[in-house]
Amino acid sequence: MASAVMNMTTAALDWVSVAFDAPLARAVVFGVHIDGHLVVEVLLIAVILFQLTRKSYKPPKKPLTEKEIDDLCEEWVPEPLHPSISEDMKAEPPTLESAAGPHTIIDGKEVVNFASANYLGLIGNEKIIDSCVSSLEKYGVGSCGPRGFYGTIDVHLDCEERIAKFMGTPDSILYSYGISTIFSVIPAFCKKGDIIVADEGVHWGVQNGLHLSRSTIVYFKHNDMKSLENTLEKLTRGNKQAEKIRRYIVVEAVYQNSGQIAPLDEIIQLKEKYHFRVILDESHSFGVLGNSGRGLAEYYGVPVEKIDIITAGMGNALATDGGFCTGSVRVVDHQRLSSSGYVFSASLPPYLASAAISAVNYLEGNPSVLTSLRSNIALLCKGEFCDKLHNAFAGLSDVPGLTIASHPLSPIVFLKLKKSTGSSKGDLELLNNIADRMLKEDSVFIVSTKRSVLDKCRLPVGIRLFVSAGHSESDIQKVSDSLRRVAATTLAEHL
Amino acid sequence: MTLRLLLPPLPAIPPVAVPREVRRMVRLTYLTALTTFFGYILLIAFGVLRDLVRKLLDWFKSDDLKGYAPICPPFEDFYTRRIYHRIQDCFGRPIASAADAWIDVVERHSNDNDKTLRRTSNTSRCLNLGSYNYLGFAAGDRYCTPRVVESLKKYASGTCSARADAGTTKLHIELEELVARFVGKPAAITFGMGYVTNSSIIPALVGEEGLIVSDSFNHNSIINGARASGATVQVFRHNSPSHLEEVLREQIVKGQPGAHTPWKKILVIVEGIYSMEGEFCKLPEIVAICKKYKAYVYLDEAHSIGAVGKSGRGVCELLGVDPADVDIMMGTFTKSFGSCGGYIAASEEIIQHLKHGCPAHLYATSMSPPAVQQAISAIKVVLGEDGSNRGAKKLARIRESSNYFRSELKKMGFVVLGDNDSPVMAIMLYNLAKLPAFSRACLRQNVAVVIVGYPATPVLLARARICISASHTREDLIKGLKVISEVGGLVGAKCLPAEPEKAKKMD
Repeated sequence: MASAVMNMTTAALDWVSVAFDAPLARAVVFGVHIDGHLVVEVLLIAVILFQLTRKSYKPPKKPLTEKEIDDLCEEWVPEPLHPSISEDMKAEPPTLESAAGPHTIIDGKEVVNFASANYLGLIGNEKIIDSCVSSLEKYGVGSCGPRGFYGTIDVHLDCEERIAKFMGTPDSILYSYGISTIFSVIPAFCKKGDIIVADEGVHWGVQNGLHLSRSTIVYFKHNDMKSLENTLEKLTRGNKQAEKIRRYIVVEAVYQNSGQIAPLDEIIQLKEKYHFRVILDESHSFGVLGNSGRGLAEYYGVPVEKIDIITAGMGNALATDGGFCTGSVRVVDHQRLSSSGYVFSASLPPYLASAAISAVNYLEGNPSVLTSLRSNIALLCKGEFCDKLHNAFAGLSDVPGLTIASHPLSPIVFLKLKKSTGSSKGDLELLNNIADRMLKEDSVFIVSTKRSVLDKCRLPVGIRLFVSAGHSESDIQKVSDSLRRVAATTLAEHL
Repeated sequence: MTLRLLLPPLPAIPPVAVPREVRRMVRLTYLTALTTFFGYILLIAFGVLRDLVRKLLDWFKSDDLKGYAPICPPFEDFYTRRIYHRIQDCFGRPIASAADAWIDVVERHSNDNDKTLRRTSNTSRCLNLGSYNYLGFAAGDRYCTPRVVESLKKYASGTCSARADAGTTKLHIELEELVARFVGKPAAITFGMGYVTNSSIIPALVGEEGLIVSDSFNHNSIINGARASGATVQVFRHNSPSHLEEVLREQIVKGQPGAHTPWKKILVIVEGIYSMEGEFCKLPEIVAICKKYKAYVYLDEAHSIGAVGKSGRGVCELLGVDPADVDIMMGTFTKSFGSCGGYIAASEEIIQHLKHGCPAHLYATSMSPPAVQQAISAIKVVLGEDGSNRGAKKLARIRESSNYFRSELKKMGFVVLGDNDSPVMAIMLYNLAKLPAFSRACLRQNVAVVIVGYPATPVLLARARICISASHTREDLIKGLKVISEVGGLVGAKCLPAEPEKAKKMD
């Protein structure tokens, strides 16, 4: 038995040695005589190299015990809810003690007010106050419910009809707060997978709406039509899919962050060429631009049907609160169920809706208020007015250290520093200094740009003056003299 | 292949799973679930059929979109067109008076089968069981209205400016101090709209490396705010402190997605009263758990501030929680105080941080001065600082009325949701067809109720929601109960056995 096994093993070993030695026994490569054992060694090295390239095997983690979880929870320390508060964060804005008209009272003193967007001078208007009083006595203050659940009051429906009639569109829808209008409208029409091309200078409300819509957002250079055209070209070139998804261009009529005005005629041409829809935010142009105040479309002579969706906050020219959106019947109807700021929020207080109706009636009945506003803006920017003493008045065109960056027709006159300090924070410090000094020393109230940490806009900061039709020529002269004097001294080292 | 082109795309299937605890609470039986399901399937089938016919009829019509994708794809608004439009007349009913205990509902009629509704000049006087008018400040009040008119004449109807620019008046400062004092926190900040308060505060508090744990039944504004913040959002089962603890433990151990670094901060968001169910949140347990795991608590008291609690200070007072334990308290002035707008009350430093960085404070128009004055006067009445005890009387009346109404409804055999002392209650109807029947029958008998279905509630749990007001008298409530009992019987909503009449007569 043992010998049989021995015989078999010897036979096997012989066979193996023959197999190894046989073919290579006579191989001579590069003058090296190859033995069979080299094959085994080469194979071993190959196996080792192969194993080194594989991922290492991790044994599965044991689930943590309750005690270990408890310990981890004990160890974890959260950050505080607020960052550390620095001195400049504690600054409080001035408190008004009367209505925010062209003249207002701050700290017991009367000041000239260029900080309220009261473009048509309607704050304190008798007719509007009377309509508000009768509304308050009939309906109370709040509407106590969302639009779907007995919060729709007949004044809301009247207001929607009035605005649609004024704008020349089939229908409109009312929102209860200005800033929530745009960030509810955009997500109602743009969902994941759609393409939106937006201006990089849009304000926070628009940015929030774009973020909530989860669509693909592409920004183009601020108010630059060449950049817009290139972006549109890039997005649609050779892209067959682009025809099946919804595409939008989002712009503001008058940009809050810079005072520029969007060139609507060029935008409409581009929109028709590349088949995009336009969403236009007219918060600062409704009641300001155009011969009768109907906004950007009237100013450029573009038929209002070409703009797909128009939104506007009523907290500026109309001196009330809330917002509206107008467009075709399909556009407006869709929002009544799918716009979150409309469905899930209480409706606009009825007295503010009556105030809006009275304001639109006033605007339609007195188009001369627009001419006064336009002449005030021109006066402030360019001057060329000789007062009783024949002194030439240059307006804001030659303020030392500051330059006008807004459009000549924009009701927001935007001045930015000729030479920036290098950081937004440094610029804002200088500008806030100027504004504080003007209020304290000359009783003139203006404001600088406010930028939230959540705001993505990177346009330069500046000083904003809101011109009103209610300002007199002496007010305008006072503000430009004061600005010139204070800027000269504050920016002296900086110039 | 051509058949596929003919068939319209099917609508997205809504989630129908109802968790076991909720099923038990709402008494959802299998029979009810099956019949409700059947109703939905029938409606969807008819809707798809009608869409098919419409597509066939429009096959040869020219396409006037010319290269644009439709602004609303057909399947996105399938529910709106084929299901909601059938019962459109039950929603959005205009009224021609203040939202008081009795309202003038404007009659509407339609020429085209309820597709569009036109107003008429007829109104009918109805009992209002739908508006959020808990303390009765919706209509004119003898203390508030004269002061509101005075402030209108002094400050005009709007400020045309953001709070950080020129929109801060003395009234705004006074309101913030009053709110902070009322709620029991060091400082407060106010905004012109409750919805915007939530959507812009949450991003200012928690950033991308934080975690938000929110109740599954939270309001849309909280969901939007959480989404806008960029933080990771986890949902815990409605009002379940044990599940909240589970989620917190798991998340603290797991850390951020991807790199597993620890979270920067955790914010737990709950509401005081959940407006679709009428129940209070289990605040003491939730605050205890958050303290243990060092998470921050955000309490949204939109419906509970001013309406519950011995002196109207909300769920903290009612459930015995110290306001210092809740980090952020949010509320609105729309429901109990008859005004508009929202507030946040927290420590001085948090409010300072919000005033500096919150977008709504820096960019949005400030609250209208008459609305501010209404809120100030209403809070003063509730506190008794107007020199009378009307505030205490209103609070006692709303508590008694809600408890009376709820117990009577339960006696009649309805399935009623809502805790004791809550002014909001829901009568379960389940079936989609019962909703418009209930609403229209009540309106014919001059009672205005609110019905809610999908998507505000889960698919199988449609209901009618009642909001009691301090301006409802006992006669109003008895009339309301009589009508609801009759209509509920007709519609078949009395699922539970009623208390026998004989037992009541014997007392």
